[in-house]
Amino acid sequence: MVRVASEWLATCGGCEITILDIGEPLLDLLPKLQFVHMPVIMDHKYYGQTGEMEFNIPEADVGLISGSIRNEENAKVAQEMRKKCKTLVAVGSCANFGGIPALANMFTLQDMLDTVYRKTRTTVPADNPSMDITPLGDRVYSVSEVVKVDLGLPGCPTTPELIAQAIVALLEGKPFSLVERSVCDDCPTRREKKAVSSLKRPLDRVEFAPGQKYEDVRCFMEQGYLCLGPATRTGCGGTDKVPRCIRAYTSCRGCFGPIRAGANPMVDMMGALSSVGLDPRQIEDRMATFNRFVGVVGRLRPVAVR
Amino acid sequence: MKQIILQPVTRIEGHAKVTIQLDDQGNVADTRVNVVELRGFEKFCVGRPVEELPRIVPRICGVCPWAHHLASSKACDAVFGVEIPPVAKKLRELAYMGHFIHSHVLHFFVLSGPDFVMGPGADYTVRNVIGIAQKVPDIARQVLRTRFLGQMMTQILGGKAIHPDVSVPGGWSKPVTKEEVVKLKEMAKECLDFATFAMNFAKKDIFPQYLEVVKSYAPISTGFLGMVQDGALNLYDGNLRMMTADGKYEDFPGERYMDHIAEHVEPWTYLKFPYLKKAGGFSMALDKPVGIYRTNSLARINVVDRIPTPQAQAELEEFRKNFGRPAQLTLLYHWARLIELLYAAERAVELLADPGITDPNTRKAVTPRAARGVGVVEAPRGTLIHDYETDEKGLVKDVNIIVGTTHNNAAINMSVKKAAQDVIKNGKYDQGLLNLVEMAIRAYDPCLSCATHELDGRIPVRVNIVNHAGEIVANLVD
Repeated sequence: MVRVASEWLATCGGCEITILDIGEPLLDLLPKLQFVHMPVIMDHKYYGQTGEMEFNIPEADVGLISGSIRNEENAKVAQEMRKKCKTLVAVGSCANFGGIPALANMFTLQDMLDTVYRKTRTTVPADNPSMDITPLGDRVYSVSEVVKVDLGLPGCPTTPELIAQAIVALLEGKPFSLVERSVCDDCPTRREKKAVSSLKRPLDRVEFAPGQKYEDVRCFMEQGYLCLGPATRTGCGGTDKVPRCIRAYTSCRGCFGPIRAGANPMVDMMGALSSVGLDPRQIEDRMATFNRFVGVVGRLRPVAVR
Repeated sequence: MKQIILQPVTRIEGHAKVTIQLDDQGNVADTRVNVVELRGFEKFCVGRPVEELPRIVPRICGVCPWAHHLASSKACDAVFGVEIPPVAKKLRELAYMGHFIHSHVLHFFVLSGPDFVMGPGADYTVRNVIGIAQKVPDIARQVLRTRFLGQMMTQILGGKAIHPDVSVPGGWSKPVTKEEVVKLKEMAKECLDFATFAMNFAKKDIFPQYLEVVKSYAPISTGFLGMVQDGALNLYDGNLRMMTADGKYEDFPGERYMDHIAEHVEPWTYLKFPYLKKAGGFSMALDKPVGIYRTNSLARINVVDRIPTPQAQAELEEFRKNFGRPAQLTLLYHWARLIELLYAAERAVELLADPGITDPNTRKAVTPRAARGVGVVEAPRGTLIHDYETDEKGLVKDVNIIVGTTHNNAAINMSVKKAAQDVIKNGKYDQGLLNLVEMAIRAYDPCLSCATHELDGRIPVRVNIVNHAGEIVANLVD
């Protein structure tokens, strides 16, 4: 029996649903796992079941954390998880690189609160809420910026396959690592290493025929549609290998994060675009686009309003 | 004065805590559901190219990404001024039905079910889906399989089940093939069989045990908001209908939402409180609420005149015979959710029977312009409104989002207060009774990630039990 504790911080719950998306094989895994804390499915409370004790999470062999760190309580929970879990796994791109919530790092906290409580169309303006609620941090942090993480599973959300492989590896005491290859390495579309047009926004369909083999469809980037495949780690396609967004005839937006730790997607993308003869300067909103899921790693910061 | 804090509220989507204040006699003086997070989508979507929003906003919620994906696509269609091809509407609605199947099965059986299958006062270590799996393994397997099927239907249609990008301004990016339709038909049929079973199982083995509880539990009286198409239930498209507690209603197009809804801010929660503008004010007083309305399954079942699929319509008639219109009992949200599960499965079967579903012309090209567009759908958790404004380059200037759970913020707070007053007497409470308080929250199937899209994504419902000196005597927090 492996004891599992699971927590979600500033998150959407998508990675938790991904665990369910393992499907019926999950029922075979369950008898080997003992969940000691997992707010989404079980009623274990931080302060005891009737509020009789100090903040605490039970000890566990494996801790799963999804979500980024947005407020003081998120940080407190992450530290408690680190203290109580032998192996700590950061699940999903928010926990690993900040994810979509880290787009907020392009704005100051004050600016954001002004918008939410005083400027949106339907809101009767008021002061920022501040009673009995945990203060927000100055920016979004990834989990690994706050505590040491033993294993990271990227993706927005990550995949059922990766979660299952990681759990099985931990159960069997075997090593687990991610491949260091790009989405393009697994993408079946046809490449000729030269773009057919200049860069355009995804306001029209890519060229393909319904039911046509992907191998006969021209690479979306070479068709002129920005795709972050070259700078993004592969793995989103799971057993099927075909990248998830490519299946929908839409370009990759980089949700699996950099191909290897320390890589800079922005620099890699500039090179990839130039190599097929496209001009990166044509891209609207470059900074937020190239760092869409990696705001913490790519260091998105407030910029002066033009 | 003693205070009980419940944290985290469990078996809901996201973070909340409940604060319960007790008076000198140990009875409930006040309660608050604090939502403690905010992520700021309304801010950080500004500056992005608007066509990227349908790919960004699903991250508001991983449980109901399709609701945000489609509301956002509809807002974009309006911004670009495009009428999408008929097949694109059908595909969006079909994927949405698969999504509803996943979400409603998840909520009824995995999140709320343990209270009813294991009992509200059962020990917390077994009062969960794993306890259900041990008690009724065959049903648990069916539950997991059906939710998975709903999810896989969306994956076949959209390439990706969670945080999809297949719905685009101007339509839908991936036509469905005949081979896929064959597979989808089998899956939809199996979901319909399960939905039929679930309804009968609940009516036979679950609801009767709790009928007395349902009728006496935390009653509040409110208005209701939901979408109707020619008076009938529709989750993807139609006008909004605002019904007051006396059953009178007014229909209006979604883009006129600002005429009817305003949002109030309280200092003890990051989550805002939408209210009915025409009521002239906002009050959560249990004896005399002002401006309060509810959304989500019960609201939809109350506002519609009929349901356009046969099995769900028969269930609606039986429901109304038992509980009237509008039905106010909070725990009936669960019953209403199962009626909708039937509808979603029936509607999926219907849409798949349409030979036009494989039409390859699923998308129209769009051109950026300065405009404003509103997109509305019924999310599993209630009416979802996305409102975008762009500059002439099609970059986002302004965003306003009101999600299903947010509409229910006031009602959730009222229900929790009523439940706490009913179950905590003379300072006596235990984990089972406090779970009854949490059940008032669970009935609404709240999604606090959605609700706190504004900044960081958690509603803390904290139950603090405070004595009259203001000392916290106990707190329950997930």
